[in-house]
Amino acid sequence: MPAELQGLTAYELAERIRGGGVSAREATEAALDRIEEVEDDINAFVTRTPEIALEKAGRIDGRLRNGGLNLWECVPMAVKDVLSTRGVRTTCGSRILEDFEPLYDASALVNFGEDRIMVGKTNCDEFAMGSSNENSAYGPVHNPWDLDGVPGGSSGGSAAAVAAGEGWWALGTDTGGSVRQPAALCGIVGLKPTYGRVSRYGLIAFASSLDQIGPMTRDVRDAALLLQAIAGHDPRDSTSANVEVPDYLAGLEDGVSGLRVGVVTELTQNEGISPGVREATEKAARELAAAGAEVGEVSLPHSEYGLPAYYIIAPAEVSSNLARFDGVRYGHRVPAGGVHEMYRATREEGFGDEVKRRIMLGTYSLSSGYYEAYYAQAQKVRTKIIEDFRAAYARYDVLLTPTAPTVAFGIGTKVDDPLEMYAQDICSVPASLAGVPAISVPGGLSDGLPVGVQLMGDHFTEPTLLRAARALEKATGFHFEARPR
Amino acid sequence: MISEEEVRHVADLARLGLTDEEVERMSGQLGAILDSIEKIGELDLDEVQPTANPLNLTNVLRSDEPRRELSREEALSVAPEATEELFTVPRID
Repeated sequence: MPAELQGLTAYELAERIRGGGVSAREATEAALDRIEEVEDDINAFVTRTPEIALEKAGRIDGRLRNGGLNLWECVPMAVKDVLSTRGVRTTCGSRILEDFEPLYDASALVNFGEDRIMVGKTNCDEFAMGSSNENSAYGPVHNPWDLDGVPGGSSGGSAAAVAAGEGWWALGTDTGGSVRQPAALCGIVGLKPTYGRVSRYGLIAFASSLDQIGPMTRDVRDAALLLQAIAGHDPRDSTSANVEVPDYLAGLEDGVSGLRVGVVTELTQNEGISPGVREATEKAARELAAAGAEVGEVSLPHSEYGLPAYYIIAPAEVSSNLARFDGVRYGHRVPAGGVHEMYRATREEGFGDEVKRRIMLGTYSLSSGYYEAYYAQAQKVRTKIIEDFRAAYARYDVLLTPTAPTVAFGIGTKVDDPLEMYAQDICSVPASLAGVPAISVPGGLSDGLPVGVQLMGDHFTEPTLLRAARALEKATGFHFEARPR
Repeated sequence: MISEEEVRHVADLARLGLTDEEVERMSGQLGAILDSIEKIGELDLDEVQPTANPLNLTNVLRSDEPRRELSREEALSVAPEATEELFTVPRID
């Protein structure tokens, strides 16, 4: 890709295209060339769609002459392969959907626009379950900063595609941290909106009470622009919120003077947080204070119960949601003499280890005799965690924690220990359980690898959250640079 | 640890085939995961209401009006096996 285009954010590129400095087609060709150049090393895409991208880019260039184009429509994008795309195969990183072509588009994509320039579908952990992208049936994704390292997960392909400059931005999905943690590990920005802010219609469900689609971008302004493109109420998703969508770019640059920022003690001082990550978080707090924020410490007393509650609730919803993959209506089928054997054999062959583990865990915790002790108790813990947040937001506008406890780890180093892998989510699951918006912003390097710091806001306060994140990004002097160089 | 017998029972509930080797591995792994999540049992939450949805949405309604949805032909087009009118499955046992 020409360095001139590679050096732009999505917002800057869109303005350049709208100003006539470069065509959408040229930008798209540049993205496709970069994909060609680095994909053998990165494996960020399960399916590439260059023909669609070029055709749509042509339409955008045609529409440019008439005006009325939304800024975001000019910029090519990558889409996580759990979002349904009509006529374009959607695998969810699973063998069971290897040849599945959805019959409709996800609402978030429809909102973005009919002429979206989609360069491809990105790799991910199978059905978005994982924190390293190693649970994909289409091979691991390699972290652009260290090709032997994981990109995080489950939106590892989207994160790596953005970090590698295979385009300017991507959509991911976040259930317990799957946008934020890979964004942190790949040195980009990742936003999980408020639960209900973005329609889940057409997002192939993992855990319905937690799933949200979110932007993965080069900077905070790009995240605001991409959220603007996808947010909104949708009658097709009964859990989508009928709340007006504000202008996420207005006020973005207003700074943090007087903003109250609470550093969450339990999640910053936790022994599982590596020293480099803790240092980056504390540095971010100092930088926000220097930029005019009122920074203090705050407690989320039940946060240590977040991870166990999450690993009951999410698998329980998995065991229900993934019952639909039974070889009857879509996807893979293993022929058998009777229907029960067909179900069992189809699911045995179609699902990978982590998905099987979560189906088992969820089925177990929902089964007779265990329901009260596990699922019902976890739902009550969820209430306590929401109460913790409510108390914290009475005193603070935004909360600060690390995004992930470590920087990128080596491919293969944690695959045999599910518990160690689950611990990656310790800082990200509380916001998921409470349904509040949270964003990961690059917070410098540790051991030469990117560290993410997380800011969390109250329900539907994305404008405040984005403004704080923007101020932090400016204070850290962060500047996106595609890797490998 | 949960017993291999229990693993097989849960797998049967989930209509999930597992190899003997998977059953053995799952027994150890699920046991370890369950040990770690049992931590939530420490909390006394008898008086606490459960949360199923973070926005506390209840009974979202819409008017019952017909609209264009997938045709039968479209819906059947992605099935592993179908006739012109129906999904087909092996014998119900």
